[in-house]
Amino acid sequence: MTDAIDVRHVAKTFAVGKGRVVAVDDVSFSIPAGGVLGVVGESGCGKSTLARVILGLLAPDSGEVEIEGQKIAGLDRRARARLIQPVFQDPFSSLNPLTRIRDIVALPLVAQGSLGRAKIARTVDEMLSRVGLSAEMGRRLPAELSGGQRQRVAIARALVLRPRIVVCDEPTSALDVSVQAQILNLLAELRRDLGLTYLFISHNLAVVEHVASEVAVMYLGRLVERAPTERLFAQPEHPYTKALLASVLTPEPGLGVPDVGLGDTMPDPANIPSGCRFHPRCPIAEPRCATETPPFKPRPAGGVECLLVP
Amino acid sequence: MTALLEVDRLQVQFGATAAVRGASLSVARGETHCLVGESGCGKSVTALAVMNLLARGGERKAERLAFEGEDLLKLSERGMARLRGNAMAMIFQEPMTSLNPAYTVGSQMTEVLRRHKGASQRAATDRAADLLARVGITAPGLRLGQFPHQLSGGLRQRVMIAMALMCEPKLLIADEPTTALDVTVQAQILRLLAGLQRDLGLGLLLITHDLGIVARVATRVSVMYAGEVVESAPTAELFAQPRHPYTQGLLRCVPVPGKIQRDQPLGAIRGTVPRVGHGFAGCAFRERCDFADETCQRTIPRHSAGATHDYLCRLPA
Repeated sequence: MTDAIDVRHVAKTFAVGKGRVVAVDDVSFSIPAGGVLGVVGESGCGKSTLARVILGLLAPDSGEVEIEGQKIAGLDRRARARLIQPVFQDPFSSLNPLTRIRDIVALPLVAQGSLGRAKIARTVDEMLSRVGLSAEMGRRLPAELSGGQRQRVAIARALVLRPRIVVCDEPTSALDVSVQAQILNLLAELRRDLGLTYLFISHNLAVVEHVASEVAVMYLGRLVERAPTERLFAQPEHPYTKALLASVLTPEPGLGVPDVGLGDTMPDPANIPSGCRFHPRCPIAEPRCATETPPFKPRPAGGVECLLVP
Repeated sequence: MTALLEVDRLQVQFGATAAVRGASLSVARGETHCLVGESGCGKSVTALAVMNLLARGGERKAERLAFEGEDLLKLSERGMARLRGNAMAMIFQEPMTSLNPAYTVGSQMTEVLRRHKGASQRAATDRAADLLARVGITAPGLRLGQFPHQLSGGLRQRVMIAMALMCEPKLLIADEPTTALDVTVQAQILRLLAGLQRDLGLGLLLITHDLGIVARVATRVSVMYAGEVVESAPTAELFAQPRHPYTQGLLRCVPVPGKIQRDQPLGAIRGTVPRVGHGFAGCAFRERCDFADETCQRTIPRHSAGATHDYLCRLPA
């Protein structure tokens, strides 16, 4: 069976001043149809750049992305829009403030250029009710909606063309917890009902554990560990994954704040360390970690990139 | 013993909008009091009202607002300026907007001590370097000469904390100090704050929307909703026996790692926070509450669920 998304050796750097910033460095993975791959990592690890490359919004320097067996580089915008759609973090800046909700949700249909007005209106109505918005909401402007309602609009717009894949880039990070739960539940329900595949980017590990079937951990442009969700959370192997998990503050009183043991060196994508790029912060680094490039060690349904794991 | 900070029935209005509606809380020496709630619930406005830093148009009223027994409502702006940044200091969410981009870290840090304590530049620089080291910054001498934009988010937040500690405050108010940071850095900063609070015996009023943070650092928690403190309790008690339906709902919304059932929906609170204006009566949560009845439109009693646990709801304990 063809995978929903197949990413092969994708690399992307940006020129900044005199230097280059490495955003994504030779990343490969695939997501089976109907799966949810959670991508986690700190700011600057390249997770949003990866999302943009997969969406076809940025051309990679090298490597390629296939969506349901078709190379995205060869697809025109309309065909791409029917396959893959984004939901972004901030529903305050991702919706045109001067456009009514109905027209925002209708735009992808209108842009296809082949649908009649009545058909578009019907599809929009269906989609709005599907994400839990009334037809009356459709006549409003984004400013008249709450954050959660706006994110519902962004989801309706993403799904109105019935794409196969949705890239969610921090879809609930700008929302309050009570609203975050509503949106996560909606996304889960839609995935089941419509048979969608998600690439789900988040810095919130608890959210990723809740929604993802598999998790990829990124560090300074590299995918350093990949595993089915349960295994990643129960038996993390990479020291960076361990540190990330240790820093999650669960709502359990009395445990105090853990010592993550990462020191105060911050990762800098403009200045990638030699050898293993995590070694300056790694609590168990050995001298060879500064010089040798860690190999990718495969595991069932995943793998880990570290010199020190067996 | 008088509390370090006493806030009794604080009200803050911005024109027709009531941002804070009779919130009471107190912070004792050596205590970390977390004020938790969602956006717009009035938690930041409460902090700003205490510091008398409300935006233009904001009016505050209270039965009592006192710092170490001194009435802040009667204090002149000049008197307040003597306290602010001195005995009571504040840290904000986004260090980039609260540090001055045109001055070096060193000049901003030393100014506080020179102004409040009349310290020499030399002594102030020494103390600044000490504090930077104390908040875990390596090469403090180098950092003192740098501008805020040359530092990472985590370093800037550490600088903010060090700066707030320059005059040895007794009360530190921290408004979402780690929200803009990565989880790894967040853990480091909170660990640091908890350590400093313990070592220096600070009273810490920590404002956050993150129940994970609350559970890990607070001694006491007050939950705010639509401008009111709807529940207040010692931390362990609040998590074990939340009484207010809103607190209960909030706790159900948070996915807890290790206890996650992936195919089950998360508990969510339906609806959205109402806009509350003048003359609003009764419980502001009633539209979203599973236990609401017609009596929720009248004045709601404050029930006690123990000596140090109270909540604002018609439901008995």
